[in-house]
Amino acid sequence: MNLPLWLIPALPLAGFLLNGSVALFSGWRRARKATAAWREAHPGDHGHDEHGDAGHGPGDHGHDDHGHHGPFLPYGERLFYGVVGVLSVGLAAVVALANAVPYALASTASEGGIGPVVQSVWKWMAAGHVSIDMAFRLDPLSAMMVSFVTFVGLLIHVFSVGYMQDEEGYGRYFAYLNLFMFAMLTLILADSLVVLFIGWEGVGLCSYLLIGYYYDKDFAHAAGKKAFVTNRIGDFGMVLGIFGILALFGTADFSFVDMAKAGAVNGTASITVYAVCLLLFLGAVGKSAQVPLYVWLPDAMAGPTPVSALIHAATMVTAGVYLVARCSAVFVLAPDALTLVAWVGAGTAVFAATIGLAQNDIKKVLAYSTVSQLGYMFLACGVGAFGVGMFHVFTHAFFKACLFLGSGSVIMAMHHEQDMRAMGGLGRKVPRTYLTMMVATVAIAGIPPLAGFFSKDQILGAAFAGGHLVLFAIGLLTAGMTAFYMFRLARMTFYGEFRGTPEAEKRVHESPATMTIPLIVLAAGSILVGFLGVPEALGGANRFVSFLAPSLATAHPHHLSHATEYVLMALSVGVAAAGILLAWRWYGQKGATPEVPSAAAQAFYEKTGALGRLVENKWYVDEGIEAAVLSPFRRIGTFLWRGFDSLVIDGIVNASAFLVELTGDLVRFFTTGNVRNYALSFTLGVLVLALYVFLR
Amino acid sequence: MALPFPLSDLLVILPELILSELALGILLWAAVVKRERERALAWASLASLAIAAALLPVAASFAGELPRSAFGGMIALDGFSLFFKALTLLAAAVTILFSLRFVGTSPYPGGEYYALLLLTTVGMMFMASGTHLVSIYVALELMALSQYVLAGYFKQETKSVEAAAKYFVLGAFSSGVLLYGLSLVYGATGTLSLGGVSAALEAAPRSTLLMVGVVLVACGMLFKVASAPFHVWAPDVYEGAPTPVSAFFAVGPKLAAYAIFARIFFDGFGPRSDDWAPVLAASAALTMVVGNVGALMQTNVKRLLGYSSIGHAGYALLGLLAYRAGGAAGQPEAFGLWAILFYLTAYLLMTFGAFGLVVLLEAKGYATESVDDFNGLWKRNPLAAGAMVVFLLSLAGIPPTAGFVGKYLLFSAALKAGWPALVVLGVLMSAVSLFYYFRIVRAMYLVDGEGEVRWREEPAVAVAVGLCFAGTLAFGVLPQPLIALAKSCLLP
Repeated sequence: MNLPLWLIPALPLAGFLLNGSVALFSGWRRARKATAAWREAHPGDHGHDEHGDAGHGPGDHGHDDHGHHGPFLPYGERLFYGVVGVLSVGLAAVVALANAVPYALASTASEGGIGPVVQSVWKWMAAGHVSIDMAFRLDPLSAMMVSFVTFVGLLIHVFSVGYMQDEEGYGRYFAYLNLFMFAMLTLILADSLVVLFIGWEGVGLCSYLLIGYYYDKDFAHAAGKKAFVTNRIGDFGMVLGIFGILALFGTADFSFVDMAKAGAVNGTASITVYAVCLLLFLGAVGKSAQVPLYVWLPDAMAGPTPVSALIHAATMVTAGVYLVARCSAVFVLAPDALTLVAWVGAGTAVFAATIGLAQNDIKKVLAYSTVSQLGYMFLACGVGAFGVGMFHVFTHAFFKACLFLGSGSVIMAMHHEQDMRAMGGLGRKVPRTYLTMMVATVAIAGIPPLAGFFSKDQILGAAFAGGHLVLFAIGLLTAGMTAFYMFRLARMTFYGEFRGTPEAEKRVHESPATMTIPLIVLAAGSILVGFLGVPEALGGANRFVSFLAPSLATAHPHHLSHATEYVLMALSVGVAAAGILLAWRWYGQKGATPEVPSAAAQAFYEKTGALGRLVENKWYVDEGIEAAVLSPFRRIGTFLWRGFDSLVIDGIVNASAFLVELTGDLVRFFTTGNVRNYALSFTLGVLVLALYVFLR
Repeated sequence: MALPFPLSDLLVILPELILSELALGILLWAAVVKRERERALAWASLASLAIAAALLPVAASFAGELPRSAFGGMIALDGFSLFFKALTLLAAAVTILFSLRFVGTSPYPGGEYYALLLLTTVGMMFMASGTHLVSIYVALELMALSQYVLAGYFKQETKSVEAAAKYFVLGAFSSGVLLYGLSLVYGATGTLSLGGVSAALEAAPRSTLLMVGVVLVACGMLFKVASAPFHVWAPDVYEGAPTPVSAFFAVGPKLAAYAIFARIFFDGFGPRSDDWAPVLAASAALTMVVGNVGALMQTNVKRLLGYSSIGHAGYALLGLLAYRAGGAAGQPEAFGLWAILFYLTAYLLMTFGAFGLVVLLEAKGYATESVDDFNGLWKRNPLAAGAMVVFLLSLAGIPPTAGFVGKYLLFSAALKAGWPALVVLGVLMSAVSLFYYFRIVRAMYLVDGEGEVRWREEPAVAVAVGLCFAGTLAFGVLPQPLIALAKSCLLP
């Protein structure tokens, strides 16, 4: 049975439409009912009903009442939203796997892989020489992406059914989540940069709407705004990059990758290629939260935890890495741009890891960890190991989704307490959450044979093999820090004694099965998916990377001797083990208090002095941006605003205030002067333009 | 009796003729109709527009082979003018739907309002057809004079009167500049027909007198499309005029102005494009910056949309600059022009959509609609909020909306024509524009509404907005039919 590719994004879209319209309708009905009730309660005291006859006007009263102290949605309605949301993504996952798995099998079975499957649904637009089809593409890269995005997405939808049950706006939540899946799958399956851009903007919009889900929290506002600003910078690069690709290759569909590959043979590299690569990378930096545009991602965790897991950890934020990998053949033509990618990645990895060391909010730790891991992925791409970078995208999706959902389960158990200092000893109370999170923690720390080990070790190996010793050292250091902060999180949360209030301790409870089953599946994934890419040195064939190879460019194929690889593995495992050991000794011990979770760590922190405070305060980056960029911009903005609207006119009026007081005539002159000013600017414009022609 | 033109020429302007008659009829009817039965006038006006629209293909088929020139080269009927006439009629129809309640519940009698709206539409239709500088100018004044009155229609409202006064004074001023330019052109070439001007420019050496004339004409045109530095009137007028009229101003006159802009500068001044292109380019760059940056800090929605429409005028100028950019093999060499046709259609849909929701917004006082009035709209009216998001995304050029496709076409054309710097600026300004468009989205979704500002229940507006919504999405997802139509309209 052949299931067309367009079904994969279309199914979540259908889910969005269905859930959205039902939520609209039932919201409208409730508002109507509430209005009727409100009218009964307030008979005849308002004359404004002549306007709002169908209840939209006074309806807001009713809606507010409902939202704040009314009963939650009826069970049947909630069930409907959940089933539609899960089912649409589930069916998409089925279609995705039905396409991707046979493709992957056939591709790995034949020498050198098989060509991409391109299915054009309709001709989108034909402009000039460029024609853009609404076409979807199945090749190793998209097959890989689409399998884990639908699979992990499905699990997170299931998790949401339990996690969001007490929240207002259940239907809206699932509608947005499905809309996100539609956009993300369009992004992945697109056969052209322009179609990809639909998804690119779509995921951004959904992210914005879902960050603002808790719209009554001021913080969510600010977070949404930050995400918005940084993404605009990124999108600016992205759009120009697309136009650059169009100018370079005359097409935006991914056949330009093959052209670039052919060009690589000739060794042509011009300033345009560099510019295009840098612009595309700017887009990737914005979407994937790299330095200096990473600031939005930690704040974006203000959204509900499943959203953090789905959008801000497993899928959307990896879109930048995907973009770089997709355009790898172009990046290879500009080696310096690639070097920049590597350094930005390595810099982000270590920088975010240092911040992760000292955070006390459980989600914040995971957020900075995500930024840091994304840095790893870019590091891999930058040293030319695109396949390895994508491998880390793949494994990271499993263990990071597991960690986020686990933290969601913990937060729910703690009744929305996120501060790890108030936790402790939860291991016995939430055993399933504890075990699954520990598995994922070990995986991200890079302990063999879990998933994180294989992908991270190969990134370090690729950096070392490429001769980038500094990058390698940075990666190694980051690996140690990762192990430390993750085990710090685990120890502070699950071990030792409970540090919150006794009442809080009594209320701690394990989450329902809709939440723990996805955790178990993801934990299993964190153990198993690494085996898809066992390196040759360990007796594997590195199937994962060789499967992806046809979609990607290889910059400089370097090979290390097995002996060297063993040494590198031992080194990375050793560093990780050291980090774990330190965290184990410092945290989760007896006698920890909410103020001082560990005496040894406190002593160390006091010894580090200014550096410790810097790290604790996230290097004061937010404050620095506020002082150096935002407030000057705000001042310029205010100035422009006043300049445009009133400064000129007010200025003239104010400056001549004393004259105005002297004669009423002058007042009239300046009040009507408004139009005269306009006419003056008109005349000046005419004169300047005429002068230009004169002088030509 | 001998006529100076063949009688069949009248068939070429049949839609305009009939619409003029109907407009005069409505004016007469308005004198006797009772205040509470005025709605009938609106429906009659809508019917008149429909009749005119139905007559467009009739006129085209009577005219025979297109393009058909009439009245000694004063008027021409071709695909280009038909496209613009259809858009103009659509714009007027949507405006009437917006006005039904807005004018109906106001203290001002609506009879003349609808007649004026129809007459200005006639002016715009003639503009689209004009191929002679005199016929173009007369049509322009017919359009403009009706509009000055429309801007000040709510004559007890200071802001409305102020808007009308500003519009009139500056409009007259720009007309003077335009006329002066036309006279210089006439002095230099000895003719006022576009074909004649073009031939004279082809033959004559470059003369400063002529170029000053061309620049003055350009200034007049830039005023009409509200481009910098001749844009200053637009935000004030949009803010002060009755909201349906503002919506109409943001779309209708601009459509017609772009039609004559393209006609004069390519059919007439085409041979000298190297001389005037830098002027247009400078204005385009300035317009994009001024419009988008100026909108950033606006709190009044109509002013915000006014600045936004200035920004859009800047994008559309890119299309004029790229007029001659080549299409694919076998296609007419007018990529920029059909990009404009597409873009203006998209612009009509999304701008009317956004303005329509402002019409529904019942502000506390005349012309005080502010961004805050949208607070918490998704709770009060989720459908309207969702539609507004789509319109704003389209205005910002986010796929899959018509606005994105239009902008993509314009920018590609400009790239092809060799204006990469303007494209970079355009992309940058599109990114900037999202900031102010999203202020409205933020207000609707992320801010709790006070519940003080109510929404009118107005089926006519809802229908119009719904149509705009459907069009904005449909032409974003399936733009190809409209692209093909625009292309075929430009075929000789």
